[in-house]
Amino acid sequence: MLSVVMAAVTSPLRACRGILKEIRIAKGSGYRNTLVYKHVLEQFRRNQVTGAQFCRARMDALHAARTYLCLLTSTRLHLRLHERYHAHGGDRALEQVAGLVGLRLPTQPGGKGWET
Amino acid sequence: MTLTLIGIHSVKMLRNICRYQRQFGQIIWPFYFPQEKRVRSLSTHLQKARNASATTVRRKFYENVSISQGEGGLFEINLDKRKLKTPGGKLFTVPNEALAIAVATEWDIQKDTLMFYTMHLTTLCNTALDNPTQRTKEQMISAALKFLETDTICFRVEEPPGLVELQRNEWDPVMNWIEQRYNVLIGSSSSIMGPQIPEETKNTFKQHLNSYNLWSLTGFEYVITQLKSLVLSFGLIDRHLSVEQAVVLSRLEEEYQIQRWGNVEWTHDYDMHELQARTAAGVMFVHLSTESTAVKRKILQD
Repeated sequence: MLSVVMAAVTSPLRACRGILKEIRIAKGSGYRNTLVYKHVLEQFRRNQVTGAQFCRARMDALHAARTYLCLLTSTRLHLRLHERYHAHGGDRALEQVAGLVGLRLPTQPGGKGWET
Repeated sequence: MTLTLIGIHSVKMLRNICRYQRQFGQIIWPFYFPQEKRVRSLSTHLQKARNASATTVRRKFYENVSISQGEGGLFEINLDKRKLKTPGGKLFTVPNEALAIAVATEWDIQKDTLMFYTMHLTTLCNTALDNPTQRTKEQMISAALKFLETDTICFRVEEPPGLVELQRNEWDPVMNWIEQRYNVLIGSSSSIMGPQIPEETKNTFKQHLNSYNLWSLTGFEYVITQLKSLVLSFGLIDRHLSVEQAVVLSRLEEEYQIQRWGNVEWTHDYDMHELQARTAAGVMFVHLSTESTAVKRKILQD
């Protein structure tokens, strides 16, 4: 199981692309003008200058990048699940609520007994 | 006679003021309340909002978020023209630019309503700045060490065999790593009492934690509370594990049950994403708070 987790984002390029994609999702069309976009690009460029492959600073920077990517992605997905399942308490129709867990309300062709 | 005249005049004035307000209400409103009070009332609800989950929401009242460097080289967050303040009323300041940008981004990506429960870095900064419970470094360190006695990694089950093996395969390597790295003995136990932690082990960790400043300790404690494990937190902060790995290890039994019985999105995934977000924020907070310009200079020289 852990090997599956390990197989995820490991290269700096993937981490960088992932973060920029998250920023684009969050900010829309103006994402290139944000502080964070410029900062992230600058950090990645700076870390490419070091020659050594397994330089510790580079590993630290990669860990930091992966952590930030995790933060952005998890926050977005958590919020999405919250909006989907745990928000809009009052204004959801009964059919929708049942549909959340895959159930359907029963129908009765002749109408229910108490309906006129 | 004069009184009646004054009466009519003031009514007219009142009517005009109301009309003026209605017409220019959009512009006047932000300046009606003093700047500090407006932002503070927003931030005061920040803590309340977290407790009330998503029911307490604030509308987004700013367009642009920027950072600026103020006194003593500390960075501040600007929401339009106003400076962000903590719930305690202090000016919101962070020691370095990267953390400032990350916090600013949290505010920047908010849509029409402000979801405070997603702004983990802001919350951590507020706690570190205000220190509402007035805790000292010693108190935080001893609280963290106490967690070692009930560390998730140390508690092993005896059945079902699948879970026993999973715990052995996934947790033992981390245990070995920390015991080697810090030259300590922790051990694990399957009894309800848990393992006996030797005093030397506690002292070693105490010394190590003492080298962190108050800000980093705030983040460290936060990570420990989220993961319910001191060992995993050390693994994460020492960059031996990634956030995703640490969260899987922390939720090992749940992952085992999910594999057996299936995943329920609105609780399993919901909890997992929340735990990942909070842990990632905590780790980032620790790393950014321990950063110093000396370290940066060395990296640039390499």
